Amino acid sequence: MKTFKKLYLAAVLIFLYAPIAVLIVYSFNASETRAVWGGFSLKWYGELLHDESILQALYVTVSVAALATLAATVLGTLAAVGIHSMKAGMRAVFMNITNLPMLMPDIVTGISLMILFLFARVPRGYGTMLMAHITFDTPYVIFSVLPRLKRMDKNLYEAALDLGCPPAQALKKVILPQIMPGVVTGALLSFTMSLDDFAISYFTSVRTQNLSMLIYSMTRRKVPPTINALSTVMFLTVLALLLLITGRSNKADKAATK
Amino acid sequence: MKRSSFAFPYGLWMLMFTVVPIFLIFYYAFTFMGEFTLENFQMFLEPEFLGILGHSLYLAALCTALCLLVGYPAALFLAGRDFKRSHIIVVLFVIPMWMNFLLRTYAWMTLLEDTGIINRFLEWIGIGRKKLMYTESAVLMGMVYNFLPFMVFPVYSVLAKSDYRLIEAANDLGANGAVTFWRVTLPLSVPGIVSGVTMVFMPAVTTFVIPRLLGGGTFMMFGDLIENQFLTVGDWNFGSALSLIMMALILVSIGILNRFDPDGQAEGSGVL
Amino acid sequence: MKKILAAALALALALAALPALAAEEVNVFNWEDYICDDAIKLFEEETGIKVNYMRFTTNEDMLVQVENDPANYDVIFPSDYIIERLISKDLLEELDYSQLPNATENTLDWLKSTDYDPTGAYSVPYMWGTVGILYNKTMVSAPITSWTSMWDEQYVDNVFMMDSIRDTLGVTLKMLGYSMNTRDKDALNEAKEKLIEQKKAGIVKAYQVDETKDKMIAGEAAMGLMWSGDAAYAMSYSDDLAYVVPEEGSNVWVDGLCVPKGAKNYDNAMKFINFLCRPDVAKMNFDEIYYCTPNKGAIELIGAEEPELLEDETLFPTDETVARCEFFHDISQDIQIYNRIWLAVKSAR
Repeated sequence: MKTFKKLYLAAVLIFLYAPIAVLIVYSFNASETRAVWGGFSLKWYGELLHDESILQALYVTVSVAALATLAATVLGTLAAVGIHSMKAGMRAVFMNITNLPMLMPDIVTGISLMILFLFARVPRGYGTMLMAHITFDTPYVIFSVLPRLKRMDKNLYEAALDLGCPPAQALKKVILPQIMPGVVTGALLSFTMSLDDFAISYFTSVRTQNLSMLIYSMTRRKVPPTINALSTVMFLTVLALLLLITGRSNKADKAATK
Repeated sequence: MKRSSFAFPYGLWMLMFTVVPIFLIFYYAFTFMGEFTLENFQMFLEPEFLGILGHSLYLAALCTALCLLVGYPAALFLAGRDFKRSHIIVVLFVIPMWMNFLLRTYAWMTLLEDTGIINRFLEWIGIGRKKLMYTESAVLMGMVYNFLPFMVFPVYSVLAKSDYRLIEAANDLGANGAVTFWRVTLPLSVPGIVSGVTMVFMPAVTTFVIPRLLGGGTFMMFGDLIENQFLTVGDWNFGSALSLIMMALILVSIGILNRFDPDGQAEGSGVL
Repeated sequence: MKKILAAALALALALAALPALAAEEVNVFNWEDYICDDAIKLFEEETGIKVNYMRFTTNEDMLVQVENDPANYDVIFPSDYIIERLISKDLLEELDYSQLPNATENTLDWLKSTDYDPTGAYSVPYMWGTVGILYNKTMVSAPITSWTSMWDEQYVDNVFMMDSIRDTLGVTLKMLGYSMNTRDKDALNEAKEKLIEQKKAGIVKAYQVDETKDKMIAGEAAMGLMWSGDAAYAMSYSDDLAYVVPEEGSNVWVDGLCVPKGAKNYDNAMKFINFLCRPDVAKMNFDEIYYCTPNKGAIELIGAEEPELLEDETLFPTDETVARCEFFHDISQDIQIYNRIWLAVKSAR
């Protein structure tokens, strides 16, 4: 039975990894067309470093994700603290608004924002893409932070205020340390969502392309082999990051149980 | 300053970037040339559009069923006690999700095309080329591939958190494997299944990229139709009506699904 | 109310526009694969004007964007019938020919005055060409001469059609003996049935646009509906390929250079258009994209370097071919009928 389980999981993993493996193998193919194996080569990695459109798109993707995460984390953490202290009626309104983008399909979110930007005559580019990303990222932060706030001792903040601490200071010194894990989770989620987004960026930006948009337009023309090299680099980065994170959290777990 | 005012900047932001845009969609859906009308919705009742919706629902349902069929056992085995390093395997399931969604789909194109790997393998073993790309199966394959992890994780996290002693108790009381599964494990995993189904069905029914890339434009799914109305035809009124129909559809299906999970334990996107 | 709302939004969103106000720039909205990248670089070097380059796939996609936000673009590349439509909707700026000496000097005379823009006040021709069939000689039983080959059951799963309403519907109408600009419901229905029949028979491999040329080079299908320049590009990579404008006739088209109403960088747009009309630049683009250039100076340069190219019927359609062909015209509101037909075809199973 255990062997069967092993085999089953292995089969599913093969299904998940086979396409990626193919891209990785092709990234070392010296020949330009996929139809021929032209021998082992690293030249596509060299070209990747000189491909302006890919590097530009990579820059857009990462910088939009970073800025949107930053903004969403600040906005969302403040909002969560605020929502947490609201009366039921007001809280319901805010929670519904927060739920809305989570329930809306990406394509509808993207289109509704596109209409907004066209309506307001704002040229769709980097700025609008960033605003759209902040909009869909922030709810993730709120949903990560709220549970932490619920677990927190309410009286601590009041006590800080009673002792003459200004609210901003109390937020920073009393609340923030306790909700930090939630904030970090929310930020990480935001960052991943932004990195991977296609549909919303596609509708909210025409002047600037992120990586997803670039790959989409490439699949409609001719996909250069440099994309395979890029996939490999991205895959290895993710692999290293995740192994690092799990390795550390496992150590932390073990330390905690000791 | 009241503490609740911390939420105001966010409130203002969402008013501008969520509430107003939805209002605009409603506005366009119920008007034509600025005049109130229900025509945009009536138009949808024509057989072509209903056909597109029906086929999208069918494909999304099929995709969800396949994900459940493949993903449930995987989640079950992962949550079981058989593997010492199951968390490492879980991470292995996460990694492909972190690859760019477009890259993952493009990878399938390189596998399925006429001169792609699979076909060359088939040629090599003497079967000869098969039409793989630009078919419904290709689209389905792409969807299952992209959305499978969304099924595995919720089920896994519910099962991993559930009390293993319940299963041991069932075994101690003489229930065999199958009975334990039907009477204990499966009911325990319902919240996971519910959120898994939601998380697969929703993107599956709204996707326009996968049918475009793997279906070669020979398919029109509901997401395609909406994109097409906004970006090629330029009929925002009808496109907005379609968007509202899609949203209503999703809200209704989430409502129905939640009935199976009365305690509302379904995990949201607790992937990390 | 609507105005106040719009103003408030514009104000609040102005932040996003800030980076756009920085340096001298020109916003160019062009087809995929329709310019030589080095030409853009050269323009930036020579003038110091930054080119914000955006791409579209079909005329219809571009039209939606331009109609909704004309001022977002400074130079666009619409085809004849779209120019006609944009003029009728008053969405184009008149060109200032005093800033376009290259255009005045180099444009072929027959393209200076056209049906869609009688005095050339709104457009300068960029490229022209035909629509035809690119086929793989090794995969067809006899040379292709007629549109009906695209409906021949021996080519099941071997035909790429174009994911572009007017082109695909247009050649179908032509095959049936109608005008490509017909608004007659019966004719259009007949064409619709034909296209559905072709799809249901499994002959169509895919509906796509820019992907086709590389797939044809790779030998993935026996034939594809193509624009002449893309066909010539593909033929330069594979000797197995040939291009034909079928005997029933086809579409001949001109893509112009236009400036949308309210363009923010009008003078830079003029500089860009004038630059594209310079013979050496026009030749650069011809060399890269293989479409037929309307630029006298560039044709002379080609004649001096590679005179045999001027004899190539794919690159430079003969008068006899052009005489068989028809220009598209704007069909205004009836485009909705076309849209519905196209939807029915795409969703047919």
